[in-house]
Order: sequence, then C-alpha cells, then structure tokens
Amino acid sequence: MADTARPVVQARGIVKVFGQHRALDSVDFEVRAGEVHALLGENGAGKSTLIKILTGAYQPDGGEVLLDGAPVQFTDPLHAQSHGIGTVYQEVNLLPNRSVAENLFLGHQPTRFGIVQRKQIYAQARELLATYGLEIDVKAELGSYSVAVQQIVAIARAVMLSGKVLVLDEPTASLDHNEVKKMFEVVERLKARGLGIIFITHFLDQVFAISDRITILRNGQLVGTKDLNQVSATDVVRMMLGKDLAFHQQVVGAAESVQGPKQVEFKSMGRAGRVAPFSLSLHEGEVVGVAGLLGSGRTEMARLMFGVDPADSGEVTVGGKSVSIRNPAQAVAAGFGFCPEDRKLDGIFADLSVRENIIIALQAKLGWFRALNHDEQIEVAGRYAEALDIRAANHDMPVKLLSGGNQQKVILARWLAIDPSFLILDEPTRGIDVGAHAEIVRTINRLREEGLALLVISSELDEVVAYSNRVVVMRDRAMVAELHGADIAPSVIVAAIAENTAATGGTA
Amino acid sequence: MKRLNWKGALLRPQFAALAAVLFINWLLFPGFFDITWQDGRLFGSVIDVLNRGAPVAILAIGMTAVIATKGVDLSVGAVMAIAGAVAAVMVTSGSPAIVAVAAALAVGLLCGLWNGVLVTYLEIQPIIATLVLMVAGRGLAQLVTEGSIVTFSDPVLIFIGTGAFLGMPMPVVIAVCLMLLATLAVRRTALGLLIEAVGVNRSAARFAGISSGVLLLVVYTFCGFCAATAGLIVAGDIRGADANNAGLWLELDAILAVVIGGTSLLGGRFSIPMSVVGALIIQAMNTGILISGFSPEFNLVVKSGVIILILVLQSPLVSQWVSARTTALPVRGPKRKPL
Repeated sequence: MADTARPVVQARGIVKVFGQHRALDSVDFEVRAGEVHALLGENGAGKSTLIKILTGAYQPDGGEVLLDGAPVQFTDPLHAQSHGIGTVYQEVNLLPNRSVAENLFLGHQPTRFGIVQRKQIYAQARELLATYGLEIDVKAELGSYSVAVQQIVAIARAVMLSGKVLVLDEPTASLDHNEVKKMFEVVERLKARGLGIIFITHFLDQVFAISDRITILRNGQLVGTKDLNQVSATDVVRMMLGKDLAFHQQVVGAAESVQGPKQVEFKSMGRAGRVAPFSLSLHEGEVVGVAGLLGSGRTEMARLMFGVDPADSGEVTVGGKSVSIRNPAQAVAAGFGFCPEDRKLDGIFADLSVRENIIIALQAKLGWFRALNHDEQIEVAGRYAEALDIRAANHDMPVKLLSGGNQQKVILARWLAIDPSFLILDEPTRGIDVGAHAEIVRTINRLREEGLALLVISSELDEVVAYSNRVVVMRDRAMVAELHGADIAPSVIVAAIAENTAATGGTA
Repeated sequence: MKRLNWKGALLRPQFAALAAVLFINWLLFPGFFDITWQDGRLFGSVIDVLNRGAPVAILAIGMTAVIATKGVDLSVGAVMAIAGAVAAVMVTSGSPAIVAVAAALAVGLLCGLWNGVLVTYLEIQPIIATLVLMVAGRGLAQLVTEGSIVTFSDPVLIFIGTGAFLGMPMPVVIAVCLMLLATLAVRRTALGLLIEAVGVNRSAARFAGISSGVLLLVVYTFCGFCAATAGLIVAGDIRGADANNAGLWLELDAILAVVIGGTSLLGGRFSIPMSVVGALIIQAMNTGILISGFSPEFNLVVKSGVIILILVLQSPLVSQWVSARTTALPVRGPKRKPL
C-alpha cells in the first residue's frame, strides 16, 4: 500500500497522573494506515490508560493526540468513534439476547417514517458479515454463537461506525486456537483495507503471527517501538520485563524419582455425559500436568475431583483414608484447593477486600463459630500476600482493583492459607501478563518442592512441560494417555492429543 | 471484626439525614425534643419515634441479612399477621401467654424456613419465592382468625406491645436487644463475612468451600423470626390480631430502611445498625408530618422526596464526585517496588 507510512493516529508526549501515580509519562505512540501495531507491556504498564486516552475515555494531563496530523480532543469514546476510532474489548459489549443484525445496527437502524426496516437490516447485516467471511443466520440471537463469532460481529460493528483505526483489547483471551485463526483472518482483511489496527494481547506468539510493529510500555514509560522483523521473542520479553527473567525454570523430568508417598488417589471416578471414569493418583511433591484441547474434559475432570459436580462413580482416598467428596465444602475439608479457570465468575469476590479474599476459604473451613479476628486476618493475609508477592496498595482495597495476575495470586494465596495437601490449578496463567506468568510458574515449582501434590491444567504446552513430573492427556472426555520422563515433551503431547483427531475424524 | 471508626461512621449521610429530619421536626413542633417521666416510663415525641419505629426496625434487622445475600423477603408483613393471629387465637382459647408467644415465634421461624427452602433448594428467585408467602400468608392469617379481628386482654401480650422496661417502651427494648444480638452474632462469628461472600459471588463462595445452602436457610429463617417478633408487638399494641391490616406494606418500609442504611440490593456489604437508623429516619418523617398538623396525605410525598435525596447522596456518582473533591484517588494502587 502506498500510504503505509502515513500515521493515522499519533500520541505525543502523553502524560496521565492518577493521584500520586504517574500512569503514563510522556509516551509517544502512532498507528499507520494498513498496519497491525501491537501494544505490549505487563499489567499496570499503562496500556489500558493509553488506549483510554486515544479513544477519549480519559483526558490526558499532558501531551496531545493527533488524528491525520491535526490535534484533536475526544470528549468520550462515542466522539472518538465518530472520528474513526473504534474499540473492541475482551468481553463482548453487545446484547446477547438480540439478533446478530440488531446488534450490528443498534442505534443506527435504517428506518422509514420512523419504523425500523427489518428486511433491510437483515440484508445489510448479511452483506456486511460476508465481507468478513462470516456466513451465519443474522436473525439468530447473538448469544447463540461462539465468542469468536461474537467478537467478529463486535469488530464489524466497530469498523462500520468508525473506519480508520480499530483497537482490539485482548480480543483473543477467551478464544481457542481455531477461533484465534479465524479472528486473524478478519484482522488481515481489515489491514488490507487500510485500517490502522492496535492489538493488545498477552500472547507473544500471536503478536509475532500478525503484527507489523510493536510498542512496549513499562511502568508508564515508553520502552520503544520496533519493527517486528528486527526483534526476537526474547528481545520482546526482555524489553517488557526490563531484565532477563523470562523462563529460567528448568525442565524437571528427572525429579520423578524423588516424589513422596501417595497423597490423593482417585479410583475410576466418572460422571455420565461429562467425564468417562478415570483413575489417577498424585504423590507428595508431584505436579501432574493435564493437556488436551478445549472441551476435552480437562475442566470437567477437575470439577469432579473437587466435588463441584458430584461424581456418579468411583472413590477418593486421601492419605490412605477413603473420603466422600460430594461438594466443594467437603473437598476443602479434605485439604483440597481449586483455582478455577474463570477467575471473575468462580474465583474472586470483586467487592470484598484483598484480605477477605485471601482468608475466605480458611474461614469457610474453620466454620461459623471460629471466626478469625481482625489481627489474625491481617496476619494470614499478610503472610501469603508476601509469599506470593501480591502487589496491592493495601489489603483493605477491593480485590477488583488489582490486575489479573495479582487476582490470580490472591486466589492461590486463599488456598495456600488452608495448608492444602492437593491443589488443582485450572489454566492458572490465562489472561495474565508475562511477568506474573513467570512468577506463577515459579510458584508452582516452589509448591512442589514444599511437598504439595498439584494438578495443573494448561493449554500452554511449554509451560506444562516446564513443571510437570507426569502429564495426562485428555481427549473426548476421557483420559487417554499418561506420559512420563522423556516423553514429557510438546511433540509427544501434541501427538497424543492429535491421535484422537485422526481416529475420530476430528472434533476440533 | 471490623474496628469501628466512630468519626467516619457519624459522617455518613444517614446520620446527617436523621439529624436533618429531627431538626425539621423541631422547627415544626418546638416541643419535639421534650421528654417527661410519668408512671415509671418516658414520654415524648422522640420516644414516640423510637416506639413506632421499632416494628420496622425489627423487620429491617432480618431483612438486612437477607438482602446481603442478594435476596429479598416480601413476606415479612404477612408473617407479622400470621404470628399475631396465632398468638391472639391461642391466648383467647386459654393457652398460657408464654406458650402463645413461643408458638407465634415458632410459626415465624417455620415461615422463614419455608422461604429459605424455596430459595435454596428449589432455586426460585427470592422475590418470587417470598411473594408466595406474601400473598398466601395473609390468607393463612385470616384462616387462623376465622376472618374476624381477634381481641384479647392477656396482660403479657399487651405488655410486649405497650409495656415499659427501665422507662423505655418494650418495643424499643426488644428492637435494641435484637439489633445488638444480631450484630454480635454476625460480627463476632464468621457469619457476617460468609453472608457477604455469598451475596457478592455465590458461585465463588461455593468454590471456596462455603456451604451457602445452610447459610441461606439460616438467614431466611432469622428474617421470619424477626417478622414474628414485630407481629407480636403490633398485636400487643392494638390488643388484637387484625389479619387484614397487621403489617400491611411494612415489607416495603423494611426494604427501604435497609437500602437507606446503605446495604445494596445487589448483595454484599451490610450493616444491621445502619438499617435500624434507616427505619428511624422513616419513622421520624412519619411522626414529624403527623405532629406538625399536615394532612397525612403529605406523608407519602414528603417521604419519597427525602428518600430520593438520601439515595442520591448514596449514589456512586455523587460519592465519586465527593471523593474526587476531597482526595484524588489513584485508580491503581502504587506498586510497592518497580519490577
């Protein structure tokens, strides 16, 4: 494209101060027409603040925003949208109970004499989505489609209403591999149409898959803007973290021989329609990784183990004694902990304080009448917050104000506080930044060394390989393989997962 | 559990609202704060506010816990009528007053338990689940009284509604005791925190190992108990059980008192004493309008005006504006150390 060098939106010397905290300190940023520009940084680096300034949600305390070379002051996101800057967030901000077409045209319906022209809406919606390679029934409720489709509808709407710049704020966080691919096809089309695209994500591989340039922020400051073909993944991580910490954990593999006595044993546990009966035992000081595609039954297995869904067959023994686990309260009583995949829905108590979020499981275990008093709460919360390096201004602030990585650590702290014997982590590193990511992986290794039995479900094979003593592979709602020692390698795991796809003709 | 910050607590808008209402009452009726001692008890308009406000305050105590769990109990007015009817019918048919009172309270507990079972085990939305008893309860009360107003002259029941202890009217004494006991029960045990946790996120509460089912049963049952207590007071006060009118619409006053007290209908953080303050605000307005000689029709209009004012003061928008004026709050807490 001839005018690729032309910046559509420019930010010059942007400063934003919240109280004492300089969220952004003279940051420069620009997006050119027809490029995908990834904006990277740890949680708290200032990405969201910068985006909010570009889209008019915040007003800068210093510096200026230029649109097509002319200074502009957006009063709010709608204003920015009318000038060509649209945003799509991780959580789809549309109405799931209305049709796809209505969602596309909400507030802009073609009307005649004040009456909405339904036929016209449907036709236009079909036409519009076809340009995105999406052929779906536009009369169906939006909520009946997958998150990926909803995201594409959100993108279509944003582009239709804006048209120059599209901000994608972690659009892929809740998508699986194929859905991400589909999303990227859409992004490529928009890029070819000359839109400037700002892409925010935590997944480095996605950055390398689709971006032309990257800008990295750290602690509110600009680290640099680079052409992607000039940097390696290691460079990027180093720029984000400011030092070479990345993944120093070394492959354990050999540690298998040093594991302790059997801690928990699940014998032919299953639930009709959810998970086929499986048997698994975990030893003290052992991490068992669980690999498998989305929908392979990995989460269902964990839910069964923790009593979230009661099993209809099988038995559980803890330390050699048979226990009944029909609900999470019994699991907690047996010394189990569970960090669920959906942090917001099943994990955090958004309005309660960091302290209360940490002590809540311990308190539930102690019962109603053995209340932890204020000092005990402070002590317990302080101890585990420090152990996990939870960064909060104070422990009385609502946990919802913390970053995703810190929230995850709060939930982990909650379970460490009950002194568990067995911990289940379902996607512990999903949606959190690289720094916190490495910390969580380090924590998993440390907990193993301290003698805990851990079951860790993760889609990131590198990660699974890094901390697992054993790996079990799930597919089609059944446990299909158990890998030991040298077999714990991404290629073997992929093969074990893929065997299924070959055998059943592909379910993914 | 939580250290009380008195200075901060007294700055809450509810206290300002209560002071303002009382001040206006005093302007309208200069004798408002006069208190006299007569026949071994206190008399005066302020005492009257406390006395008349007691039933709603008692309802609000139970309602606070229910609302904190993200529920609501619409049946408390009807349960008042049932409890009053049971007590009245039993004493008129010769049972000792103690037995009648115990039976009325037991019926209240049962009604609460019923609501709790519908909400917890049948997973019916609280507003619908308790609507059942709200409608049916008044019918039950009428069945108990066989459609008539049952009057009685039992001294114990009458004492509950009109007697005095240490100079204070019994309803006030009962309300204060119940408030203190309930507050201690939730704040000295883990109940308060667990109730808040269930109210904020019931799913996360389940994952954290909280048995929310039992907790909800206890909360609804306690609410029924409070309603029965209020029902006994109202029956004792008029020396009879009026199945049609006892506690009529009081569930709405109770909910209002809780909301004025700052507990969100979305569940979570709650304060029982603040709900009682809410009930007093409502009653102070009622009494003020009554003694100032305005016609009672004004009552509803003035009441709604004051309530809107209080709710505006509590709205997130205003509190944001206020906190922006006083301190510039950082959106993200400062990091302890740079990474």
